[in-house]
Amino acid sequence: MAQEPDNREAAEQATSSLGAPASTVDGQVQARKLEASGQKPADGREAIFDLEDVGVSYGGVPAVREVDFPIYEHEITALIGPSGCGKSTLIRCLNRMNDLIPAAAVTGKVNYHGQDLYGDEVDPVQVRKRIGMVFQKPNPFPKSIYDNIAFGPRVLGMTGEMDEVVERALRRGALWDEVKDRLKTNAFGMSGGQQQRLCIARALATDPDVLLMDEPCSALDPISTGRIEDLMLELREDYSIVIVTHNMQQAARVSNMTAFFTVELDEDEKHRTGRVVEYDDTEKVFTNPGDERTEAYVTGKVG
Amino acid sequence: MSVAEARITRLAVERSTRGEQIRELAFRAALLFSLGFGFLALAVLLIDVLLDGASLISYDFLTKFPSQIFPERSGISSALQGTLYLMVLTAVFIVPVGLATAVYLEEYADRDRWWNRLIEVNIQNLAAVPSIVYGILGLTFIVRGALDLGAVLLAGSLTLGLLVLPVVIVVAREAIRAVPSSIREGSLALGATHWQTIWKQTLPGALPGIATGVILALSRAIGETAPLILVGAIAFVPFNPDPNPAEGQYSAIPITILSSVSNPDSDVQALASGAIIVLMAILLVMNGGAVYLRNRYEQKW
Repeated sequence: MAQEPDNREAAEQATSSLGAPASTVDGQVQARKLEASGQKPADGREAIFDLEDVGVSYGGVPAVREVDFPIYEHEITALIGPSGCGKSTLIRCLNRMNDLIPAAAVTGKVNYHGQDLYGDEVDPVQVRKRIGMVFQKPNPFPKSIYDNIAFGPRVLGMTGEMDEVVERALRRGALWDEVKDRLKTNAFGMSGGQQQRLCIARALATDPDVLLMDEPCSALDPISTGRIEDLMLELREDYSIVIVTHNMQQAARVSNMTAFFTVELDEDEKHRTGRVVEYDDTEKVFTNPGDERTEAYVTGKVG
Repeated sequence: MSVAEARITRLAVERSTRGEQIRELAFRAALLFSLGFGFLALAVLLIDVLLDGASLISYDFLTKFPSQIFPERSGISSALQGTLYLMVLTAVFIVPVGLATAVYLEEYADRDRWWNRLIEVNIQNLAAVPSIVYGILGLTFIVRGALDLGAVLLAGSLTLGLLVLPVVIVVAREAIRAVPSSIREGSLALGATHWQTIWKQTLPGALPGIATGVILALSRAIGETAPLILVGAIAFVPFNPDPNPAEGQYSAIPITILSSVSNPDSDVQALASGAIIVLMAILLVMNGGAVYLRNRYEQKW
């Protein structure tokens, strides 16, 4: 099986053992694939994303390649790994934010509920309506707290009582009690942690299916980070969450599944490319990793 | 000298040498002199103009028509109204065209395409083209030629518009670029379209900068004389501009100033000083407005 002493081989098996053409992916192949990559078959777990041999390159230089794993519904999936391993690049594929970079090219398939997000007929705007995103640095709009939340529903043409929509989103973002008396004040006046929760609430206001979080706490102090982690655990009930984090304790605290990425030099040793080393239950990745590179990273020996 | 005394005279931090102090002072003096030179020139100009023309400034001066025969009863009504009307029409022309160009270049143009780079280089070069060249352009294509509007106010404002359009585009592009990409990403990530993002996030964020740029561009246009001469603005017009900008002759303050100073009659020449004061006052208000807009509404990201 995948846990052989030869790490490279194990990693390759874990990431690319099934370069199967998408047309043959059915339940059986899916099960085999999970087995081959050393995972338990998904017992009643619904995969929301199924990544098939996904690679991203910038101007022809691969940033990350051969990513091949499912992401499950109502779970928190953490992407960890050293800088430059392509985890942020990968998460930006999940709602087609990479489209904003003209030089970026995505290969492979990003299946979302069985539909390839990079299919010809898919409009990235429609993708982002279903898949929300929270960024590394809080990015509130230079508007009032109320208008920040209402922006999404308004541009999506959502009907209904906007005051209620705003209140519900702020409650879900665990921010309502702090800001209910100053909804009309500028969001720039909030603390960094509040701003980030505002951004989460803003993403929730459009009622997405998935929430992508790209290092959401990297600009925050530990107390604000703790509040956002608590919030994520609550949100898991209703949303599927994918989080990129540099903070391994954070991945261990909040996530169910963890994908560990590493950076490899390519054959002619010119470019550094990210690859998945291991993808498994978070508990296993942190307590009994199947690959010694993962172990070295999660125990703090490297990285 | 005892050992103790020697210790006292040695300081922990050494004094700077005489030479260093002198160099420092000399450099500072040179800077102050340069500043003073520019300031003095401006002050002399302003004082001279005020001494000559302040006595002319009155309600009559602003509302009466110019006369070469009775310069003491002369006014600049037609030139003042012509200038204000020109500015309004120029603004109406340059704001949408300049903004749309800037939005295209910043938000849609693929910089890898040669034609987009060509447009960019062109716009930058156009900003440096002498204004008289725009005057010839206006004469050839707007007054005569393709548009054949005749020597009317609309032709004047279109010419002035072309003249300052590159400036507006450059400033608007900078203002749009100053809106951080995180704001665009935040908007797009919520499912907003590219256009919604531009219209509801980028442009509102860039608006103070754009407004400042438009005002500064107009304050350049307001003093332009050469292109207006070429497209047929005339001095000493004894009637206000026609409400229809495509009809009739018109005047403008810079034209009035030019013809007044070149008139042999010293009383007529004095009119120039009055007109300069009015022009300076308008400029001061416009630039003050630009500073106010920038300080009041500028977005700190």
